[in-house]
Amino acid sequence: MVPKNELDTPGLGEVVEKVQEAKDLHLKWLKNPFETELWRSIFRHKVDDAPRNRSLAVLSNVFLHLHPAKVNRDAVRYTFTWGMGGITFYLFLVLTFTGVALMFYYHPTKADAFRDILYLKNDVPFGNFMRNMHRWAAHAMIITVWTHQMRVFMTGSYKPPREFNWNVGVILLLVTMLLSFTGYLLPDDQLGFWAVTVGTNMARATPLIGHEGPLGPEIGATAFNDIRFAMLGGSIVDANALLRAYIWHCVALPLVAGIFMIVHFWRIRKDGSISGPAPVMLASEVKTAKGRR
Amino acid sequence: MDFQQLWEITTLPDNIPIVLLGILTPFFLWYGFREAVKNDRLIAQLEADPALAKTHHRKHQPYHPAWDKTVHVWPYLLRIEFLACLAVTAFLILWAVYFNAPLEEPADPTLTMNPAKAPWYFLGLQEMLVYFDPWIAGVILPNVIVVGLMAIPYMDTSPLGNGYYTWKQRKFAIGGFMFGYLVLWLALAFLGTFVRGPGWMIFWPGEIWDHHRVVHEVNVHLHELFGLTDTLQIAIFGGVATIGFLAAAGGATDFALRKYKPELFRKMNIVQYVHMVGFLVIMAALPVKMVLKLAFGIKYVWVTPWFNV
Ligand code: HEM
Repeated sequence: MVPKNELDTPGLGEVVEKVQEAKDLHLKWLKNPFETELWRSIFRHKVDDAPRNRSLAVLSNVFLHLHPAKVNRDAVRYTFTWGMGGITFYLFLVLTFTGVALMFYYHPTKADAFRDILYLKNDVPFGNFMRNMHRWAAHAMIITVWTHQMRVFMTGSYKPPREFNWNVGVILLLVTMLLSFTGYLLPDDQLGFWAVTVGTNMARATPLIGHEGPLGPEIGATAFNDIRFAMLGGSIVDANALLRAYIWHCVALPLVAGIFMIVHFWRIRKDGSISGPAPVMLASEVKTAKGRR
Repeated sequence: MDFQQLWEITTLPDNIPIVLLGILTPFFLWYGFREAVKNDRLIAQLEADPALAKTHHRKHQPYHPAWDKTVHVWPYLLRIEFLACLAVTAFLILWAVYFNAPLEEPADPTLTMNPAKAPWYFLGLQEMLVYFDPWIAGVILPNVIVVGLMAIPYMDTSPLGNGYYTWKQRKFAIGGFMFGYLVLWLALAFLGTFVRGPGWMIFWPGEIWDHHRVVHEVNVHLHELFGLTDTLQIAIFGGVATIGFLAAAGGATDFALRKYKPELFRKMNIVQYVHMVGFLVIMAALPVKMVLKLAFGIKYVWVTPWFNV
């Protein structure tokens, strides 16, 4: 039914037509959701299984685009990477998620911290589960970082052109350990308190800038101005140390870790993707000329 | 023998990860070396047959000339990553359901824990405190470890073994790394976890922690063995002994390297070489000091009014 005049009020007939149209549209969308305007506004490529679309699926997605579109066919072998770097990164994501959940219930003060943990443990729905998960993912991350590093060493993947990315890795190793260390204090229980006390006591002995270190007292280091004081925000592990550990653990160190991970992944791409499994090289093929290849 | 204590330590929720690590590390060592052996066999074969070396694709993996060299990330990599994430999640869920994160009494500065153990991943460092004063064990050594790790790519100049497992082409590099990681780091962490008890004393598996055990450690300093008493003499003697040891160890390392790895010496420039020998000597100093302490009860080799080594 064609309207006689654009300005006429649509009548019942036209409304019925629209209902018909709604039925047709929904059937069409249900049949092929990938052709809808909504879908195409989110994913900017077709979905039929063609090489171009497989590539675009990765390249046009902000979360996936750290990957290249294609990789060496052997590089996906478990026997080469053991998946350790990837699992480390996934554990970092799990830790971020569970950590944020814990932060909703945690106050970094001497009065609250321990009670908050008890509250999480006993009353908060899934609180104990989140805390356990955060704890064990942290331990697991240490294991996987070490094992990742062992694999990178065994495959000689720190050799040119990946020297710098190995260094980025060493910093990530350090940050991972520091994240664990600062997190240990947060429950404010005996375990964390004494571990952190023992740990930071070592800083007293830093040469020059520790008040018990070689040549420290000689140049004026005291318990109230040395490196340990700067770490703890005081001369003992107390309220300020708790706050500092909290801020390092929940804000500063995750930021540093995140930034270096971005660099790490970027460099893997820029250094020509994963190093192998590369074709073996024979000693007789090494150029005798001095210096780098 | 009563293994109750060992069982208690092993089943402490916070120690489960190190038990896991103790299983995973040998597994992955075996897993990596298995690949290395396959590659080494291929290398030997190619070295023996130059004609084959010219045409071979040089991998031990299944190979077909008609196969594409590359595969699409979607789906061939992403599905692996997805499955790995699922597996890790499932594992963590089970772990978190069955084991509670520890929570002790509230922090109390007046009530010391004995032993006050750091978490397992720091016990390598804590164990070093037995052999060196904190300024070395807690400050110098960790920094040397980090700098040493960072320096590795700039010291190891061999282009062999870049991107594939091999043992025969990199015996020295892999041997050195594994000695540092497995013996000086992991073994010390295991020692700290399973053997150290109250007072940081040694309780072997089978022994029960005795909180009242007193050991009259007869700590001596090296200079006492030589009957020195004058402060200045002691300081000079210790300096000579320490620096002498480092120099002698450096000389011996240099000699052995030139004798047994001449190609290494020739390939490296002098800055690389000196640093490598330096790191090797510092690495060797730890077990030497451990032996001095554990076998001879020697605490310091160098005593001065300002610092002790
Ligand atoms: C938070 C810690 C870390 C994360 C999340 C991480 C992540 C990754 C990922 C996902 C890869 C891709 C290949 C693979 O999965 O093995 C990789 C490769 C690499 N990583 Fe890490 N890594 C970390 C720590 C380290 C450490 C401690 C080192 C060494 C000291 C290191 C050195 C390297 C190098 C050299 C590569 C390139 C390997 C190759 O091309 O074969 N990374 N890393």
